Amino acid sequence: MSSYRIHGTTGEWEVVIGLEVHAQVTSNAKLFSGASTEFGSEPNANVSLVDAAMPGMLPVPNRECIRQAVRTGMAIEAQINKWSRFDRKNYFYADLPQGYQISQLYHPLVGEGQLEISPDEKNPDQTKIIGIERIHVEQDAGKLMHDQHPTMSYVDLNRSGVALMEIVSRPDMRSPAEAGAYVRKLRSILRYVGSCDGNMEEGSMRADVNVSVRKPGGELGTRTETKNVNSVRFVMAAIEHEARRQVDVLEEGGTIVQETRLFDPGTGTTRSMRSKEEAHDYRYFPDPDLLPLELDDAFLEECRASLPELPDAKRKRYIEVLGLSAYNAGVLTAEVDTARWFEALLAETAAAQGKAEAHVAKQAANWLISEFFGALNKVGRSLEDSPVSHAQAAELLALIGKGTISATIGKQVLETMFETGDNAAAIVEREGLTQQSDSGAIEAAVDAVLAANGDKVEQYKAGKEALFGFFVGQTMKAMQGKANPQVVNEVLKAKLG
Amino acid sequence: MSVDRKTVAKIASLARIKMDEEELDRMVPEFNNIIAFVEQLGEVDTSGVEPMTAVIPQALRLRDDVVDADPLTGGNVREKVLANAPLAEHGFFAVPKVIE
Repeated sequence: MSSYRIHGTTGEWEVVIGLEVHAQVTSNAKLFSGASTEFGSEPNANVSLVDAAMPGMLPVPNRECIRQAVRTGMAIEAQINKWSRFDRKNYFYADLPQGYQISQLYHPLVGEGQLEISPDEKNPDQTKIIGIERIHVEQDAGKLMHDQHPTMSYVDLNRSGVALMEIVSRPDMRSPAEAGAYVRKLRSILRYVGSCDGNMEEGSMRADVNVSVRKPGGELGTRTETKNVNSVRFVMAAIEHEARRQVDVLEEGGTIVQETRLFDPGTGTTRSMRSKEEAHDYRYFPDPDLLPLELDDAFLEECRASLPELPDAKRKRYIEVLGLSAYNAGVLTAEVDTARWFEALLAETAAAQGKAEAHVAKQAANWLISEFFGALNKVGRSLEDSPVSHAQAAELLALIGKGTISATIGKQVLETMFETGDNAAAIVEREGLTQQSDSGAIEAAVDAVLAANGDKVEQYKAGKEALFGFFVGQTMKAMQGKANPQVVNEVLKAKLG
Repeated sequence: MSVDRKTVAKIASLARIKMDEEELDRMVPEFNNIIAFVEQLGEVDTSGVEPMTAVIPQALRLRDDVVDADPLTGGNVREKVLANAPLAEHGFFAVPKVIE
């Protein structure tokens, strides 16, 4: 693996990266109250007396939030702690009515795990293991709006108390590409598990990026933490900028201050956010309102049993059982929605052709990736809002597979399907696109082509074999692309001797 | 253990409570009295005793993931939530501007 280095005036520098990812747990109700987690509601509508921290209200954990965090932990092969506890993280701010965030510092729900990443998309076999230190469960804070009033800030507590998982990596990453691959892989797993929707632009997943630099192999440097970065691209940009900045500071004889920084997507730079370090004095202590969280074996068994096939296992199966290329398997398994679509297409294609899935998998995968994704791209759609369903796509694939139409005509039919929404068979029927395998008709067409191109036939017979393709093309053209190319080849070979 | 004036000032600042010199002077002995009182617990030999997490032995109860199952701990009570706020506008709490 090529190593990423920052080139300074004093030589090369290595970058050390750790990520803390906050992922909003998919649940109907909040972590400690019955208020809804729905996005985009009226301000303060989804706020219970618990979330507003009214005196006397007590938190009761939502089982589903715990379950989703445990399932996530199992998906990264982590240790699940059957005994964990909630702590109070104390700070005063207008978005936090309790005056403390309920979190888990000392005894997190999920312990050590790991994630396998492929930093180079073109080289999916080149992998690296990134350690994950822990996953703990905590409350989200409310939202402040500063631009609605000249002297006031408005507070909306709808998000206050929504469950978050904080997923803390080891400082195992060494380049922006590795950090990007880590976030993508983590997001992919969260979506497979269904514990977080992974929508970074809506804020349901965001990363705190810890960066330090050192001479290769030297002592760890002082790190900075860039908060709330909300896209894979920004995570990579923040690392690039911050590493460069640190190298410049160090080479000019300065020192790195351990501090919180903010990423500005507009300029691609980071800047210092908090000057007062004492703001970090959170005075954690166990929350006396909550007993320790103890999980029994039945709960853990249900969590494990409900896990779906995860991307790594699926990719392996696609390669070994379905016979797909490593690249295709990678493309089809990266996002759970793509994998589901492919599997539905595969099942329907196999059924329509009366063949085993493994027999049609390659054809279906190639076609989906090269033809269908291309057609989707052209109209700016994705699989989610595809105008052609997998059942319709399977019907078209079966027509090609059975030889009713040629692959070339298939492209044309797909285009028409995108335009009209009609089924493939109806289009083929209506436009008379059925492939001609009748050797009589093809022979006639071939004879005509050879007769009209006597000079080329001479050249071919004299050894210019590349002309074979020309004859095929002319025959296909004469038959409006409907001739079975295999039969055309056979007839031509026979005639040209 | 005892605290000095500087520590008390820091705790006040973390809690966003403004204290003048006189109040701080009064608070230091009060803090130390409380600490001394609690420190008496240290005289008990607790070696070999499991830390207690609750006064009565019981397990943490979990709630089902149902929105507004119990109206007492559910949402859609904006009026109640905002009722005690010194200032509320357009359904928001309104607080003095807090941009750092």
